[in-house]
Amino acid sequence: MTTRELGPIAGALRHIILMVGAAVMIAPFVWMVATSLKPQGEILVAELRFLPERWAALHNYTMAFTRVPMLRFLLNGVLVTAAIFALQILVNLPCAYALAKLRFRGRNALFAVVLLGLLIPLHATAIPIYILLHMLDLVNSYTALVLPFTISVFGIFLMRQFFMSVPNDLIDAARIDGVSEIGIVWRIMLPTAIPAVTAFGIFSVVAHWNDYFWPLIVVRTKDLYTPPLGVAFFRLNDAGTEYGPLMAAATIVILPLVTAFLLAQRRFIEGVTFTGLKR
Amino acid sequence: MTVGNLASAADTVEADRQRDWREALAAMALVGPATALIVVFLIGPLVCIALLSLTDYQLGAKALRFVGLANYAEMFGDRVFRRSLENTLTYVGVVVPLSVFLGLGAALLIEASASLRGFYRTIFFLPVMATLIAMAVVWEFVLHPQFGMLNLALNAIGMTGQDWLHDRKIVLFTFCGIGVWQSLGFNMVLFMAGLTSIPRDLYEAAEVDGAGQAWNRFWTVTWPLLGPVTLFVVVISAIRSFQVFDAIQVLTKGGPNRASEVLLYTMYSEGFEYFRSGYAAAVTMVFLAFVLALALFKTWFLDRRVHYG
Repeated sequence: MTTRELGPIAGALRHIILMVGAAVMIAPFVWMVATSLKPQGEILVAELRFLPERWAALHNYTMAFTRVPMLRFLLNGVLVTAAIFALQILVNLPCAYALAKLRFRGRNALFAVVLLGLLIPLHATAIPIYILLHMLDLVNSYTALVLPFTISVFGIFLMRQFFMSVPNDLIDAARIDGVSEIGIVWRIMLPTAIPAVTAFGIFSVVAHWNDYFWPLIVVRTKDLYTPPLGVAFFRLNDAGTEYGPLMAAATIVILPLVTAFLLAQRRFIEGVTFTGLKR
Repeated sequence: MTVGNLASAADTVEADRQRDWREALAAMALVGPATALIVVFLIGPLVCIALLSLTDYQLGAKALRFVGLANYAEMFGDRVFRRSLENTLTYVGVVVPLSVFLGLGAALLIEASASLRGFYRTIFFLPVMATLIAMAVVWEFVLHPQFGMLNLALNAIGMTGQDWLHDRKIVLFTFCGIGVWQSLGFNMVLFMAGLTSIPRDLYEAAEVDGAGQAWNRFWTVTWPLLGPVTLFVVVISAIRSFQVFDAIQVLTKGGPNRASEVLLYTMYSEGFEYFRSGYAAAVTMVFLAFVLALALFKTWFLDRRVHYG
C-alpha cells in the first residue's frame, strides 16, 4: 500500500470514521470493565455512566473467584490448552517432517488425506467422536478434552510447508554424523521450525482457550470446566443477575489472551492471518 | 569391467536398497501415530457420520436399524429444521457482506496513513482474540433492555431501545450484529495481508499515468488486484459464519420460539440433549455439505489464483 500521506481534510475524515468505528468495537469491553467495578446498586440504574461513585472492584473480583471455583477453571484451561499444544507438536511435527523429507510408500495418499482434513470442521465429526469416547467410558475426563485435538492436520500441513524449504544438506550432514531420524526431528528440525511452531502455537492456544463447543459436549462436572464453560455456568448460576461479579468473571477469562495479544501484537496478527489464509 | 567393480556396484545397489528401506521404516515410525489418529478422529468419524445419518441410532441404545433416507425426509418435513436452515442462511447472508465490506473499509482506511495505524489495528482486532463466550455474556448485559449500554445510549439521543434478545423479529439480527463485530477484525487483517502484497511500483506507475488522487489510485490499482482477495475473504468468512453457535447456545438456546435456531444448534440439541444421534447426523450432513462446498471452491479455484506476498 502507498505511504503517500493524505491531505489534511482526508486525514481528518479518516480519523473521524476510524474513531467512531473503534468506539463501537471497544464499547463492550469498556462496559464490561466499567460494570465490573461498580456495586450492584449502581449497575441496575437507567443512567449511562462509566465510572463508579463507590468502587466495588475488590468485592466483584473476589466474588468471581469465590462464587464459582474460578481458579480451578483457569487452571483447567491452562492445563488443557498446554497439553493439547504439546501433544500436537509431539504427534504432528514428526509426521510433517516425514511428509516433507522422506520417501515412503503412501506418502502422497497421506498428504491428500491431510489436505482433505483441512476442509472438515470439528463440528462435523463431533457426534461419532463423542460416541467413541462414550464407548470407551472417557466422557467427562481430561482425556476427552485433549485427545481428539492431538491430531491437527492443519499443524501437519503448516509444518510440512515449512520443512519443504529446509535445505536437504542440513539433514544429510546430520545423517553422516550418525544422527537417527528421530534425532533429526527433535534436534535439528524442531529448532529450525520455531517460526512455524510459534504461528501454530498461537493459533492452537487461541482456538482451544476460547473453545466452547467441545468442552460443552464432553464435560459434565464442574471440576473439569474450562474458562468458557465457567463463565456460562456463572451466568446460569444464582449470580446471573449480579452483573458486577459476572462482568468481573468475563474480564478474568479474556484477560490472559488479550494481554498476550497486546504484548506481542505483530506475532498474533501474523499468526492469525497466516493460519486464516491457509485454512 | 572387473570383478571388483562389479562387486562394489552390487554393494552400492545393496547399500542403496538398505538405505531406502531404512528411510521407509523411519518414515513409518514418524507418521504412524499421526496416521492412526487421523483414522480414529477424522476419517473414521466422517464415514460414521454419513452412515449414522441412515440409521435410527440413539446414544446408549443396544441396537440400531437402517432406515434409509427417513431421517432426511423427517428433517426436510420438520418446521424446526427448515427454520434452522433459513436462519443460518440469513445469518450468513447478513454477516458475510457486512463483515467483508467493513473489514475492507477498515483495512483501506487504516493503511491509508501511518497516523495511529497501530492503535486502530489493535482495537479493531481485539474482538477476534477475546473469548467469544465471555463476550456473549457481556453483550447480553450491553443489550439489557433497561440497564444495558445500547438502549441507554439510544435513549440519550432520543431513540427508543429494543428488547434485542427476546423480540422474535430482531433476535437473529442481533446475533448478526455480534457476528459482524467479532469477525470484522479478522477480515481486516486478511485484507491487510492482501494489500501489502500489492507491489509498490504499481502505485508509482499509476501516478505517472495521472492517477494521483487517492480515489483514482484505489480504482486503478488497489481494486482490480483486490478482487480475487475479496472473493477469498468472502468464502473464508462464509465458512466461519456457518459455524455460528456459541453466543446463541448460551444466550437464547435458539429462541424465542426458534427465532434464533441455527444448524449447529439444532445438531447440538438433537445429538447431545435428546441423544437422537441418527437424526443429528443427518443435520450434520447438511451443515457439512455447505461448508465442504465452500471449502472445495476455495481450494480448487482460489488458492491457485490468490497470491499473497
